[in-house]
Order: sequence, then C-alpha cells, then structure tokens
Amino acid sequence: MAKKRVVETEINGRKTEFLCEPRQTLLEVLRNQLDLTGTKEGCSNGNCGACTVLMDGRPVDSCLVLAVEACGAKLQTIEGVSPTSGLNELQQAFLQNAALQCGICTPGFIMSATALLAENPDPTEHDIRFYLAGNLCRCTGYDKIIRAVLDAARVGKGLKKEAAKTQAAAS
Amino acid sequence: MASTTENPKYKVIGTRPIRHDGVDKVTGRAKYGSDIHPTGMIYGVLVRSPHAHAKLKSVDTSAAAKLPGVRAVVTHKDLREPGNTILELGEGAVNLKHLSNNCLAGDKVLYRGHPIAAVAADSIHIAEEAAALIKVEYELLPPVMDIREAMKPGAPLLHDDVFTDELGTKSTTASNVARHFRFEQGDLEAGFKNAAHIVEREFTTATVHQGYIEPHNATALYTADGHITVWTSTQGIFTTRQQVAELLDVAISKVKVVPMEIGGGFGGKIRVYLEPVAAALSRKSGLPVQLVMSRADVFESTGPTPGSYMKIKLGVDASGKLVAGEAYIAFEAGGYPGSPVGAAAMCVFSCYEIPNAKVDGFDVCVNRPQTSAYRAPGATQAAFAVETLVDELCEKLKLDPLEFRLKNAVKEGSRRVDGPVYPRIGMIETLDAAKNSEHWKTPLTGKHQGRGVATGFWFNAGLKSAASATVNPDGSVVLLEGSTDIGGSRAGLAMQLAETLGIPAEQIVPRVVDTDSIGYTDVTGGSRVTFATGHAAYQVGLEIQRQCCLRAAKIWEVEPATVSYQEGTIVGPAGKQFTFKELAAQITKTGEAIVAYAAVDPHGCGGAFATHVVDVEVDVDTGKVTVLRSTLVQDVGTAIHPAYVEGQMQGGVAQGIGWALNEEYFYDASGTMRNASFLDYRMPTSYDLPLLDTIIVEVPNPGHPFGVRGVGEVPIVPPPAALANAIYHATGVRMQTLPMSPPAVLKAILAKAAASNGKH
Repeated sequence: MAKKRVVETEINGRKTEFLCEPRQTLLEVLRNQLDLTGTKEGCSNGNCGACTVLMDGRPVDSCLVLAVEACGAKLQTIEGVSPTSGLNELQQAFLQNAALQCGICTPGFIMSATALLAENPDPTEHDIRFYLAGNLCRCTGYDKIIRAVLDAARVGKGLKKEAAKTQAAAS
Repeated sequence: MASTTENPKYKVIGTRPIRHDGVDKVTGRAKYGSDIHPTGMIYGVLVRSPHAHAKLKSVDTSAAAKLPGVRAVVTHKDLREPGNTILELGEGAVNLKHLSNNCLAGDKVLYRGHPIAAVAADSIHIAEEAAALIKVEYELLPPVMDIREAMKPGAPLLHDDVFTDELGTKSTTASNVARHFRFEQGDLEAGFKNAAHIVEREFTTATVHQGYIEPHNATALYTADGHITVWTSTQGIFTTRQQVAELLDVAISKVKVVPMEIGGGFGGKIRVYLEPVAAALSRKSGLPVQLVMSRADVFESTGPTPGSYMKIKLGVDASGKLVAGEAYIAFEAGGYPGSPVGAAAMCVFSCYEIPNAKVDGFDVCVNRPQTSAYRAPGATQAAFAVETLVDELCEKLKLDPLEFRLKNAVKEGSRRVDGPVYPRIGMIETLDAAKNSEHWKTPLTGKHQGRGVATGFWFNAGLKSAASATVNPDGSVVLLEGSTDIGGSRAGLAMQLAETLGIPAEQIVPRVVDTDSIGYTDVTGGSRVTFATGHAAYQVGLEIQRQCCLRAAKIWEVEPATVSYQEGTIVGPAGKQFTFKELAAQITKTGEAIVAYAAVDPHGCGGAFATHVVDVEVDVDTGKVTVLRSTLVQDVGTAIHPAYVEGQMQGGVAQGIGWALNEEYFYDASGTMRNASFLDYRMPTSYDLPLLDTIIVEVPNPGHPFGVRGVGEVPIVPPPAALANAIYHATGVRMQTLPMSPPAVLKAILAKAAASNGKH
C-alpha cells in the first residue's frame, strides 16, 4: 500500500486538509472521511452522475476523480450551495416543482444544474436535457426536473435584473 | 406552489404543499442507507461466483482471515438454513432455504454474482484484498439461460428438490418448472367457434432491472446482549426484521430495523440480500459492519424482473366483442422459484370482458438472479402481448382502438378470469378522457410517425399498517408511521391526517420510525401506502378528534355529547368553541397528553386502470424510435397530492419506455451478463424523453375514506404495448419482442421489406 498523502483543498469555501491513500477516490474521501454524505454513490463508474460535485466550477463525477487530484482545487458539494439561511433558487424550484421522489439523484442534479446555469443562464428545454443527460433519475421521468431548472433559470435571471436595477439606482 | 385545492370536496387533499422531507433532500442532509457511519464501523465485501451454474466443492477462507485488518469472514454456515419452510411476508412469501442460500450459497451457485462468502475489514480496500484471497473450488455445470430451454426434458437442472406443482399436484421428478397453474372461465372452444376473427401470436420479453439509483446496502450492529440493529434502505422494515431474525436464528424482538431514506426500490428492495450477512459479520467481529453493493453486483445478483415467453390467442365476433381468450405465460423465476407469473396470469385479460378464457402460467428456474417484483409485477409483460393483439384486431375490424376498448371494457360487476368481480373501477373513464384529450384529437402529419394506444390494469394492495400521533402544544401533530417513504408518501399521509383534523398540511410532522417504535406495517409495495397507511392516518385523526372533544368538554364543564369536531374547530354549547390550535395550547395544562393510535388491515383497495397514448417517429435507416409525445390517463381514485401523483405517472411511463425501447440483460452462452453497468444497460436519460403529459381521472374508491386507489404501479403497464402499436402505425411492422431496440426494429423493417420485395 502506498503511503498516505496530505491533500490541501477548499471545500464549500472552507480550507480543508485531509490525509488519503492514492487509491481513494474523491467520492470515498468526501463521504467516508469528511462526512459529506450529501454527495451520493450510484454506480462508481461515472455513468449515473449521483456523485457530481463542482471542481473549480466544473462538474465532475467524484467517483472518477482521485482524492489526490483535488489538491489545490476549490470544491463545491451539495452541502455548500445554500445561502446562509434558506435555500437557493434551484433548491427551491426542485421543491416547488416536486422534482424529486426518492431524492437520491437530487444532489447530483442540483450540482450539474448549477454548472449549467453558470454557463448558460437562459437555457431552453433542449439545452437542459442535453446538459443533464449524464445524471440519471429513475423515479421522475425528468419532466418535473426539467421544469424546475427552467423555473430556477427564470428566477435567477429575475434576481440578476433586480440586482442590476438596484445597482443602477444606487450609482 | 398552488395552495388552493384542485378537489372541491376537500381543503387539504388536492393541494400541492412542499413535501415535509423536502429540505433535507435538496440540501444533502437526508440520510440514505450508506450515509450512516456508526462509531467503529468497518466495511464488508462479498465474494461472488464468476460462474452461472456450479457445485461448490470447497470454500477456503483461511488466507483471507489472516490478512491484517480483517475482522470477520462468513460463509453459508454462519446463516441458519431451516430447510424448505415458507415464511409469510404479508405481500408474498419466501422459502427460507432459498432465501438463506441466495444470501450466501451453500452447496451450489445458481447464477453469476451469487454470493458465497463475505469479509469485513478495517477499510473497504483491505476487505477487497481479503476477498481475493478466498479460494473457491467449483465443479462447473452447464447453465440454462432461456425459459423454453429450461422447460425441456433433459435440461440442466438447477435444483434436485424442486418438483413441479402441476395444477395443484406435486410431480415426483425434479424439474426447472416450479409451478404450472391455470385459470378458466366459460367454454373456450365454443368461444373461439363464435369468433369472426382470431389472432394468435408469440411474444418474448427480456429480463429487465428496476434500476434504482441507490445500490443495496446494509449496516448492522450485533451487541453483546444479543441485540441486532440494522440500518438499511428497504421497502419493508418489518419483513426485513423477520428475515434477519430467521437467518440469524434469533428472536424477532432482538432485531431492530431502522429505516434509512431509500433511493428507489420499485419492488426490488423487498427481499433481503445484505442485511443478514452484515449482521453475521457484526456478530463475528463485534463491530458495526457496512455492506454496499457495486452497480455490477446490483445488476448481477438483485432485482431483475422476469423475461417471459407468452403465446396469446384472442377471438372477436363480427360486432367487435371479444368472445374468447387463451394465454400461455412462462416467466423466468431466476435461480430460485417465485416469479410474479401469478399476477401476470390474473392481469392478462383483466381489462376486458372475455366470457370464455383459459390462462396457463409457468414459473421456471433459469441461471439468472432470483427475480423480484418490479412495479405492477407481471402486468407489463402480459399487457404488451394482449394490447398489441387488440390493436391487430382493431385493424382487422377497422375499429378505432379506443372505441374497441370502450366496447369491451370491464366495469363494476365484470368478472376477472381468476374469479374476482370488480367493484367500482374507472377503466371506461380513462378511455373517455383519452378520447377527449387534446393529444388524441391532434393528428400526426410527419413521415414514419405513428400513434399507439394501450391500457393496463393493476390490483393495488391493502394489507396492514399502523400509525400513531401526538398533539403538540403549538397545534402541530407528530405522525409516526412504519411505511418507508419511497417517493413522497410522508406528504400524502400527512395530508390525509391534516384533512381529517381540518388543519394545514404543514402542521403535521410525519416521521417514518423503526420497528421498535410503531406497530407492524407491511411493505411499501402494491401501491398500498397512501391507501392503507393513509387509512391508519385517517383513523388516528378521528381518535384525536374524539379526545379533543373530551378535553374541551372537561374544560368547559359540559357533557361530552354536546361537543363536536367541525373542520378544525371544537364546538360546544352556547357558542363555546376552540380552534384546534387553541385547544392544543390547553392540553398539558388540563390533563394528559393527546395521543392516538391506529392499526388497520383494510380491504377494499380499488384496482387501477391507465391508458397510454404515445406518438413516435421511427428512423427507418437505423431502427431508432423517438418518442414525440406521451399522455398517460389514469384513474387514481382521489389524488391526495396531485404533483406526486403526476410524478408517479411520469416515472412509471419513463420506466415503461425504457423497458420498451432499450433495456435488457445480455447474457453470453456461459451465463455472464455482458452489460452490467448503467453505460451498457441503458435506461432513459433526460435527453431520450419528451415532457410526459398526464391526465388524472378521479373515480373515488368506495373502499377508502377519501377514495384513494393507489397510484404507483399501473403507469408502467401500458407503455411498451402502446409503443409497439405506435411503431406499427409508423412503419407497418408488428413487434413481438421486447425491447424494441434499434437493431430489433431495423431487423423487422428489413425483413418486411424483403418479404414484400419477394412478392413482386
């Protein structure tokens, strides 16, 4: 067994150092060492997207990333997406649209959708279906998930417009 | 979302509140099976057979046990094997010998992936290394993978102690056919004699998996006082308790099963696989042990729902009335007997009045994992066959497929082939709603496009449920129940209690609790939770009403008979009244707590019908089928939370589309599954589906206080048949095999072209 390594990262805005074996995946370390169990394991070979986290803003399947690769990276997991109080617009839209049933895929969908909306704040239904095709859901048939992301995008745009207006008024 | 009800009869029922467990699930705080890490927990790995059929000559675990960091190794000897005894589990029963051998094989392995031994160690990686050190000697036997092969005399035998139950009589020679049964009504021969048109076809459907995203898991702790705690994501905490107690040979009271959130089940998380093994490893190591399956393990050793071979014949008279039906249905049982072929045989003609009918069912062992329930188990395969035949008859008779179904539909008083007479049901109402839908009225115009329609039936189930509730001083009510929540049932139950009490749904705090904290509750299956546990929630509400009235009478010093409960208000004589909240604030000041309890075993679950209308476009060069538009019409009785009712309908349709167009187990000749990953076992992604329209029809079930029928299962039943019919109308090709994957559809298109070229 190779020696354990120290990995320095930032997870959800917090500087985090952990010790891991080179063979451990980021998913294993998040879940079993750092107790960030919101990131789910569905297949461990990059096919279901349940373990999606953002690594320097990019969505990755954490089961396909070695924990040592996270050295120096900024990670965001489901535990780090909510504002200080309450929920963000994607989380709210998922609840309001009943976009989850068993909920096991939900964290992965929210992380992927976060990346989508950062890249493309005004996606069409087609854009969303294409971008989220790497996240499997077996309960919902995706209908309400797609609607939730469309809703979140609408709200997000609204929020940005509001912010711009307030800024313009202030200056 | 909308807080006004969509059902004018009610205040809470028919609204769409945010589900009570919602925040935990969108923030990652909800704890699923493998999210729990009790102090000192170690990790286990199973050793599984690489062969589909073999005798176990020896299992040597000595090298594994010596590896540093290994804490326990178990084999079949560590589980009790009580012989061929049957354990009743409420919905279904298990043979304990089979269950025990399926968890850890004794003398034989019957499918690739069959567990043989398990190791627990300080880390998952050490456990994996140790598992590789376990030496198993096999004597290879020829596998039999196909039903019809397995039924032939001289086929390789899986069991030497399975004798065909032949129409109720045990045969004396061992066979792969565990059971042959028959349902009959009327005079079949006379029926077919009166038929103007007869169609008869053979159908095969592939083995498919439920495909829940969360792999099976179990965490167990055996403590020095002989108590076992099991944390697991299961559809049935009480049936898990029972099975663990049997296989560990301990009293049921020594086992506590704690329900973790469950990441999908669809029928596949009822049988135990890992729980007894985790408990055995913990008993040996004295530490909490966690087992989690890999995705390949999930495919190779759990779940699948049977592939089938069916031969169905239907006769119709000149007026378009069905006069006779005959069905031969053989289902893969997998390694051990017990496929849902019984349900398939009851469902096959369940949508139509067919005066003369005969159904033969066969339960057949093959070298595949033991099959499990999957959403309306058995009904989907049967509907695929019958509903495509019905489409063929409609074409022959030049009848509109909805008109044909309306003419032959079952209604209150119709008798099903296996005997029961229908109570009030809504098959006709779903057909009418489909006929009046915008979808049905909008013609298709594109090339290679077609529309298909099909109907499906599912019984739904009642069974036992318990609930208890206590009123808090702030006017909220904690509702405890034992039905694991697979898709929002906490909300549906809370809403029924809220409706009964006349308070907002948000005032209810629903909790799914462990087996020590609530009365016996059957599995979350059979679409029964909103019906039966809902019944318990309603009863609890009535009891709270009664106690509220008594308390108010005590406070007002009036006769209890003069106090009544009216929609959230306790009303007494001379204008006295309390709102529920006002009274709740008085409870602890004026006496004992208000606690209510109900245990129910309700009969009168209403059957469910669903009609699917679907449009497809077929790429005739590749055989790829694209779903353009889908509308599912379903009689749900009463929709408690319409958004989650729609969700069940959409989810069932999506699974039906996957079953129809893509999903299948590929086995090679040696019995190795060649597509045991989500990449190769291709379930629908968001990119494969359109928006899935739903039309909720509400024909209240007279057997439930709010008219609930049960919603979850029937939506998967009609889609494969509807898609086959749509493909026919797009291409002229009748598909009689599932899946209708691009290669299969292309082959059929080319064969048809070759046949018509040959004619010229």
